[in-house]
Amino acid sequence: MIGVETKRQPIADSSVEVKRTRKTRQESSLWWMYLPALAAVCFFILYPFLNGFKISFTNWNGFSQTYDYVGFSQYTRMLKDPDTWLVVKNTLLYGIGSTVLQNVMGLGYALLLNQSIRLRNFTRTVVYLPVIISPLIMGYIFYFFFAFQGGALNDLLVFFGLEKINALGDPKVNIWLIVFVNTFQFVGIAMIIYLAGLQSISKDYYEAAQIDGASSFQQFKNITLPMLMPSITINMVINIIGGLKLFDVIVSLTGGGPGYASQSMSTFMYDLYFNRQDAGYAATQGVFMAIIILVLSLAALVYFKRKEIEA
Amino acid sequence: MDYMDKKKKWLLSGVALLVAAFHLIPFYILITTALKARGDFSSKWIFPKVLAFENFAEAWEMASLGNALSNTTIITFVSALLLIVFGSMAAYPLARRQTKLNKIVFMVFIAVMVIPPLTALVPLYKLVVDIGMMNTLEIAILNNVASFLPLTIFLYSGFIRSTIPKELEEAAKIDGASTLGIFFRIVFPLLKPVTASILIISCVFIWNDYQFAIFFLQAEEVKTITVALAGFFGENANRMNLVAAAAIMAVLPMAVLFLLLQKHFVKGLASGSVKG
Repeated sequence: MIGVETKRQPIADSSVEVKRTRKTRQESSLWWMYLPALAAVCFFILYPFLNGFKISFTNWNGFSQTYDYVGFSQYTRMLKDPDTWLVVKNTLLYGIGSTVLQNVMGLGYALLLNQSIRLRNFTRTVVYLPVIISPLIMGYIFYFFFAFQGGALNDLLVFFGLEKINALGDPKVNIWLIVFVNTFQFVGIAMIIYLAGLQSISKDYYEAAQIDGASSFQQFKNITLPMLMPSITINMVINIIGGLKLFDVIVSLTGGGPGYASQSMSTFMYDLYFNRQDAGYAATQGVFMAIIILVLSLAALVYFKRKEIEA
Repeated sequence: MDYMDKKKKWLLSGVALLVAAFHLIPFYILITTALKARGDFSSKWIFPKVLAFENFAEAWEMASLGNALSNTTIITFVSALLLIVFGSMAAYPLARRQTKLNKIVFMVFIAVMVIPPLTALVPLYKLVVDIGMMNTLEIAILNNVASFLPLTIFLYSGFIRSTIPKELEEAAKIDGASTLGIFFRIVFPLLKPVTASILIISCVFIWNDYQFAIFFLQAEEVKTITVALAGFFGENANRMNLVAAAAIMAVLPMAVLFLLLQKHFVKGLASGSVKG
């Protein structure tokens, strides 16, 4: 019955209906309300992003009015350039290293500070505080700690009669220090997301498990972790994007040095453009970086979403 | 967790104390460094006997922090204001009118969020040079606004869709109010929670911004705090106590705000962390 009725009505006054929907549609898009926002985004983000592809096919030096199209030669140059693979390796280390560290520490802190213990709120505040500090300045703060000359770490080593170490100048060490500083700064966000996740798990599960005699490790593995999967997904994705984009901390902590040893793709691109006047090549590196970030963050998203369903 | 025995509770409280201490150490070192007098090379772990507060005055002058602070304040507040006005205005039709055009436009805003801004550095720099806006506060404002608009629109439209009852607007429409009137008088005041989040996200990130600022604000008179501090560090790397004093002054305004409005900060930044 219902089906017949809905079928018949539009036929009866279809001409009126069409006119009305067209009119309301025209009125109702209200496009002028988002026009300023759309214009700003197109002009300052979308257009430069697309223009980047064009520049990546040129040999532009960054300031002259003329340049030539060189086809894919910047791309073949990029793939053959050992510096490319050094900075890609560093970028991946920053991205994956700080993701792992932030999640392990963030989850640990959340588990600890979800208990009713003393200093709970104070510790949460202290862990979270660096989030609101500029990453550049956070780098300087740690520079005072690790500096070879007059740094706090060496003061301590000297006090114990040990050799001073040049932590920021040693490429085997300083990459991990950058990972550490980035983690130190943003572990508060991971902690807060995990705390919210933990608080959303119903106490009934734990009570039932306790009745069944499950150990606290079994409870963690079979209740807490699966129930936290959505929080894990968010943390993994935002940390991997943040880590792959790393720029400020590197500038203030090591300046990318020694040589190119601790450069990320961001700082390398900056160097190519402003110091080596190699704008075409810098744009090519930019395209490559966008691809790497997109692919890895999407892969992480898909992988952890799938885990969520399994769990 | 009420069953936890006393011993375990004290043990865990001890661990929390260690965690807090670990996270406070760098700030302790920052403070002792900033307060040591010029010739004082004693260990950074020892609090100085004579507090060299003159470091702060000297750093303030040398790094022209006054000028940098005022530039950063202008950029941050104007950007936040524009973000709130144009972001909320854009979100309204995208949340309420599901036309084909609006669906496409909404997709564009979401897609743009995925583009890492730095990857378009070269073409963006070229654009700014071409339109003759290098070294102006306006370009810093426009860039920051453009880069935070998608997130702003995403948060506003989600909130409008899920929490603001349509009936309110329909009633006002019957009374003959204009669309803009309905939006600013009836809908906008109800968006307070999102507006607060967006205000906090944009203030923290734009205040701390270095990536845009270092490219577009190199001239002395338009330098922001981060650019001024980076330059100051470059020239005075061997005078750590001055740089430390400057860093404290640069961090202080936001840190005080955070301690006063902690709950709002945590909530606001959590909703913004989607952008990373």
